[in-house]
Amino acid sequence: MGLLNYWLVVLLMLGGLYIVIAHGNLIKKMVGLNIFQTSVFVLFISLGKVPNGTAPIAIKGAADTVYSNPLPHVLILTAIVVGVATTAVGLALAIRIREAYDSVEEDEILAWREPDATGSDTSPTTTPEPNF
Amino acid sequence: MAPEMSLISTVQAHLPVLPVVTALVAAPLAMLVRRPAMAWLVATAAAVLLLIFSLMLLPATAAGPLSYAVGGWQPPYGIELRVDRLTVIVLLLISVVAVAAMPYARASALVEIAEDKQHLFYSCLLLCLTGLVGMTVTGDAFNVFVFLEISSLSTYALIGMGRQRRALMAAYRYLILGTLGGTFFLIGIGLLYAMTGTLNMADMAMRLEPVRDSRTVLAATAFITVGLGLKLALFPLHAWLPNAYSYAPSAVTVLIAGCATKVAIYLSLRMHYNVLGVDFTGEGMQLAPMLAIFGLVGLIVCSLVALFENNVKRLLAYSSVAQIGYIVLAISLASNTGLTAGIVHLLNHAVVKAGLFMAVGAMVWRCGSDDLQVLAGIGKRMPITSAAFVVGGLALIGVPLTAGFITKWYLVTAAIEQQAWLLVVAILAASIIALGYIGKIIEVAYFRPSPVGAPVGEASPLMLLSMWSLVLMSVALGVWADGTVTLAGQAADVLLGARR
Repeated sequence: MGLLNYWLVVLLMLGGLYIVIAHGNLIKKMVGLNIFQTSVFVLFISLGKVPNGTAPIAIKGAADTVYSNPLPHVLILTAIVVGVATTAVGLALAIRIREAYDSVEEDEILAWREPDATGSDTSPTTTPEPNF
Repeated sequence: MAPEMSLISTVQAHLPVLPVVTALVAAPLAMLVRRPAMAWLVATAAAVLLLIFSLMLLPATAAGPLSYAVGGWQPPYGIELRVDRLTVIVLLLISVVAVAAMPYARASALVEIAEDKQHLFYSCLLLCLTGLVGMTVTGDAFNVFVFLEISSLSTYALIGMGRQRRALMAAYRYLILGTLGGTFFLIGIGLLYAMTGTLNMADMAMRLEPVRDSRTVLAATAFITVGLGLKLALFPLHAWLPNAYSYAPSAVTVLIAGCATKVAIYLSLRMHYNVLGVDFTGEGMQLAPMLAIFGLVGLIVCSLVALFENNVKRLLAYSSVAQIGYIVLAISLASNTGLTAGIVHLLNHAVVKAGLFMAVGAMVWRCGSDDLQVLAGIGKRMPITSAAFVVGGLALIGVPLTAGFITKWYLVTAAIEQQAWLLVVAILAASIIALGYIGKIIEVAYFRPSPVGAPVGEASPLMLLSMWSLVLMSVALGVWADGTVTLAGQAADVLLGARR
């Protein structure tokens, strides 16, 4: 197998990172972030593989069985939970952003002119409709 | 268990784990009681307990580090909590800022957070504290990641609670960058695990000794440095910080400006010195010059940005990035004096900046805007708050008899010791720029007439209590600096001890 697993991890990682940086859509950014995190899960899990090792479930009466290392799997279970939580918070924020700005495109949100917070000038008191 | 096993001895036996447990148990409790006042009481009680436990750990670690096996599973297989002098300093910092911030949080939540969300606000605040305290006490590398994410996730939610809708975007951006940082850190831990087969930091440090120059370890070092650099807002990686600080509810700004970045710096110290044992002076990866350059550029550039910034909260946020530059510079010197200076500054700056953010938060709350010009004449309209800002500002600049002076003194001493004259010049220059941006606010506050019909009135007593307790502490840390400097010196010994 050689270094195949590492190359796949690198590919996934860079792909995910590229999506996070290059895309302005907040949902696509979350997808990219998930791909990026998944690459790390794959990295950990492939680290635990022992050549000719079987799944780490004890087999009675077979003392010389080679098992794969289960610890990275356990770690990654925790990391997956963290990833799910991050995605949930990120998507919840995206929903709130959609409600507040009527858009999930980063450039449209940033171009949105905030009504003057001081209220001292003649800016309209009602929130204007976005005119993109 | 023996009948004479009293409460005190039980507490003593489990002291290292109690700060984490307290905050973690209080978080759902605050959510369950629902009534805002009750939730606040729970949060305050937890913060006070945190402070008591931290103070109890202070004498307990005088002789040497405390080790605690979670659930009775012995290290290196189980998760170990390890409390040494450096840990105690950071624990004290977190708990002092948390206790001082609680009255302020109550007053600011009343106006900034919807009433039916306030219990969730306190719950998130406690979860954030859990994460910060957990990262500090744990001696297990993967456990660090878990606590890092606990504090990060709750911080994203807290920032998103800000009143302006830009808070949402600030929270989202921090979520993206914070997750990238956390995941980079995880990659680094994975690579180190691949090399050593252990997650216990002390065990890992020992097993890394023979393979220190291998490419895997170097890659791990790079990932961990960048990951933590994102979390601690090291200069080119600080993009999330100004917006997050400016749009978060003001109590949250106080807590994350005081604690969150400081804990990330602590982790960076711990990982680089105690685990990776990075050779800052020798051949191999030139981490020290790299950190020094980022620290130096961040210090000057962000000070200048603060000088020209007209939004007071953003101004303080950029000043925070600049101050992180000081600490990183001090770390990169890798000498005992340098590290002592860095650790003292970690402590002093947290207290000073938390106090300043409280004062500015109260002014913004009164005026309804964070634009500098709106604060004209605030010195007459809110005399007690403005006075707190002036004292805190002087401490930030580094006027003698304040905390800032002590740290700059040690920083300059450390730089002169290594004949790094450029650093001496930069440290002094940045102090002068700080005089500029703090002076700018003071000038507007005291020497400009108030706009007609501007709101008049002091901040609420709870806010003043919080603000002045931190401001007075920053003066006390400047007048009686022996204690903190001695403690920081012992912490520097812990960091350098592994490499003697």
